[in-house]
Amino acid sequence: MEQIEQRVKKIVAEQLGVPETDVKTESSFVNDLGADSLDTVELVMALEEEFECEIPDEEAEKITTVQQAIDYVSAHLK
Amino acid sequence: MSLQGKIALVTGASRGIGQAIALELAGMGVTVIGTATSDSGAEAITAYLKEAGNAGRGMRLEVTEEGACDGIVETITKEFGGIDILVNNAGITRDNLLMRMKDEEWDALFATNLRPIYKLSKAVMRGMMKSRWGRIINITSVVGAIGNAGQTNYSAAKAAMFGFTKSLAKEVGSRGVTVNAVAPGFIDTDMTKGLPEEQKAKLVENIALGRLGLPQDIADAVGFLASDKAGYITGCTLHVNGGMFMN
Repeated sequence: MEQIEQRVKKIVAEQLGVPETDVKTESSFVNDLGADSLDTVELVMALEEEFECEIPDEEAEKITTVQQAIDYVSAHLK
Repeated sequence: MSLQGKIALVTGASRGIGQAIALELAGMGVTVIGTATSDSGAEAITAYLKEAGNAGRGMRLEVTEEGACDGIVETITKEFGGIDILVNNAGITRDNLLMRMKDEEWDALFATNLRPIYKLSKAVMRGMMKSRWGRIINITSVVGAIGNAGQTNYSAAKAAMFGFTKSLAKEVGSRGVTVNAVAPGFIDTDMTKGLPEEQKAKLVENIALGRLGLPQDIADAVGFLASDKAGYITGCTLHVNGGMFMN
């Protein structure tokens, strides 16, 4: 579980070009980390690749914070 | 203008403008996948690409079949790698006066000429965004800009491509993907061969350069837009019409 959190945070930091220390679990991609809508699409693409899963569009739209990303990955990781 | 190692998908490549585009890109070092609506058309594409020494091939694509656009992008990505250049060229005409236009004629036009540019652009975008380089080139038509009696459906779909081109260019520009359109005027292809000579002569009167265009004229414009020389051009429509319409 902790490992997933670290991996998610690392990807978020890389994709959005922010220091990993700024990425808190409660951080919102758009409001706190300065992402635009296309950044969030790319972020989901990166998560799909890291965790080898496919996140459907309707689910992807609901992932707006680091915590939500962690929750989604944890629930769907094989 | 070398694009060595890039991969292109050109729809409607069995003849006319599409074939000229496929061969132009092949000449620039691009591995080209050309589509046709029939197996025999796909084989013909494979044959001319092989003759040109290209590693690409023809594939059958009926753009109106459910899942076909996503499917072909997946197949190409597996077999060749991610698509770098998408040329949305496939199109049909269903000419009729509006007063006689049938719903099927209107609907078929949009299903074949417009919906696939949305489906294919979406399907290739992931790879283009990841590689921070991509080219989408939509082949529209001068009639989308100036209108033509008997082509309300065709010109409406072609005009729609201008808006699509500009909006998508704004969406993905920050990721190194350019989206442009090429608007041919009257080009000497099977699509325009059916016109009566008298009408053709009249058309030529309105062309500053005094002749119909050739498929190669369009292919040259597409080759330029695909190249790195056009890296700062996006959301643009290049009119290639011999001066019959000046923007």
